[in-house]
Amino acid sequence: MLRLLNLELQKLLLNRTSKILIFVSFILPFFVILLSSLKINVFGFFTLELGELGIFNFPIIWHLTTFFASYFKLFFAIVVVSMIGNEYSNKTIKQNLIDGLSKKEFILSKFYTITFFSLLSTILISLISFFIGLYYSSYTEASIIFRETEFLLAYFVKLIGFFSLCLFFGMLVKRSAFALAFLFILYIFEWILYGLMAWKLDINLAEKVHNFFPLQSMYKLIDQPFQRIAMTKFPNKENLAYDYGTHGYEIIIVLSWTALFVFLSYRLLKKRDL
Amino acid sequence: MESILTINNLTKKFGYLTAVKNLSFTIKKGNVYGILGPNGSGKSTTLGIVLNVVNKTEGDFHWFDGNTSTHNALKKVGAIIERPNFYPYMTAFENLKLVCKIKGVNYNKIDEKLEIVGLLNRKNSKFKTYSLGMKQRLAIASALLNDPEILILDEPTNGLDPQGIHQIREIIKQIAAKGTTILLASHLLDEVEKVCSHVVILRKGTKLYSGRVDEMISSHGFFELKSNKEENLIAFLKNHNSFGKIKIQDDLITAFLNEPMNSEDFNKLLFEKGIILTHLVQRKESLEEQFLQLTDR
Repeated sequence: MLRLLNLELQKLLLNRTSKILIFVSFILPFFVILLSSLKINVFGFFTLELGELGIFNFPIIWHLTTFFASYFKLFFAIVVVSMIGNEYSNKTIKQNLIDGLSKKEFILSKFYTITFFSLLSTILISLISFFIGLYYSSYTEASIIFRETEFLLAYFVKLIGFFSLCLFFGMLVKRSAFALAFLFILYIFEWILYGLMAWKLDINLAEKVHNFFPLQSMYKLIDQPFQRIAMTKFPNKENLAYDYGTHGYEIIIVLSWTALFVFLSYRLLKKRDL
Repeated sequence: MESILTINNLTKKFGYLTAVKNLSFTIKKGNVYGILGPNGSGKSTTLGIVLNVVNKTEGDFHWFDGNTSTHNALKKVGAIIERPNFYPYMTAFENLKLVCKIKGVNYNKIDEKLEIVGLLNRKNSKFKTYSLGMKQRLAIASALLNDPEILILDEPTNGLDPQGIHQIREIIKQIAAKGTTILLASHLLDEVEKVCSHVVILRKGTKLYSGRVDEMISSHGFFELKSNKEENLIAFLKNHNSFGKIKIQDDLITAFLNEPMNSEDFNKLLFEKGIILTHLVQRKESLEEQFLQLTDR
């Protein structure tokens, strides 16, 4: 396993473009969160301090940081599709197989890399959230700090699921740009299907089915936190209440998609003549 | 003799097109093999199948004794097919390091192999800065990294300039001299003739011949002759039992032998008959002539 990871890391880290993209997708959210937690003086008129809003309190901070950081996954998605696209355009995939890598090992080396970077990202986010939280939060008892840390697990699963989808699209179309276009098409397609079902059938049923779709199921792992922040400000408004939690079944849906995408990528490569 | 690769009734279909049809042959240790065939005869497809990049339709093949999986067997094989494929943004050294990681070879082999192909002084240049000849030599260095049991080369001199072709051939000869089994696919016959002891000849995916180069056509060769007494010479040849077909082109007479005869005896015989030769060459058909005879059928 380490051999395969090592192999892929060499391919990625010696490439300047992917190095920059990896840097952006990991370091940028880190800084954005860090900056937003600082006190900002807006032209001397007033000081903006997001921390005062209570959004950096435990346990809500876990929800907030994982939600925003997950948008930066798009940068690493480019890395994932290009790490497949480049292997095809340089024909190095062929050379790797001839040199004695099996098709299974090839896919696994990509998957291990995805998992490695997802884990790294999760660790970074948990550290920064933990320290900002300690600084701002009024409650620092361990029971409150570690409540809702399942958002970290959700974040990790969300990344792995999304990157596996990118891996599959990369293997399917062999070109990075087309693979990204496919992602966008899938996103639109899911909403069109949702709209059609809501129109022809029933909106509640449509929503339930929609939550099983690949991209929507990944999104559902970490729901938007705005409504929840509003709820903390106006606790008596009942109509704001919604289910923002991360559930076991949501994780299972995404993990099933992940397994399917990795398996399909392998099947595709196995059937293909290079 | 230990066999390295065994192919049994291998067939590959691309849709309606049958690229390889019911092909069988065996590669034995220590020989230098050539796979010959016109373009599109299935050479690269056959190599692609045994190298794990093309899926077979029917039949089977196995490496060595047949107890290792194909991808593990390939770790003991060195192969370059068509164009050299490396990561353009990595240096030669980094590219070879990657191959070492795949094959499980020690990194200290890298410099040794770069030395053989004469690229040691450029080892820290990026692959994309290399000329085609250098790329091809790097591919050979990469194929040699694991000190392979067999080296497979598919059209190694394709697209190279004369110097490049010469360099690659010299390297191949050096490797062959060390006793490494080589499988060389090419449509360049003089290339194969110069290095190979055995050939497999393909046409439209079917095997026409496999065996030793010198046993390819059961012939005893021929004499190329010139003489001032041309009529006498022709008459003599026609009456002699050892000669079959006689071909006359301008003043050059080509006489094909039905049975072995050496040039010394032949010359002596003619001299006794009072026919003096101005030109005498004894030759066997070149591989090209044999190849054309076989593939034209």
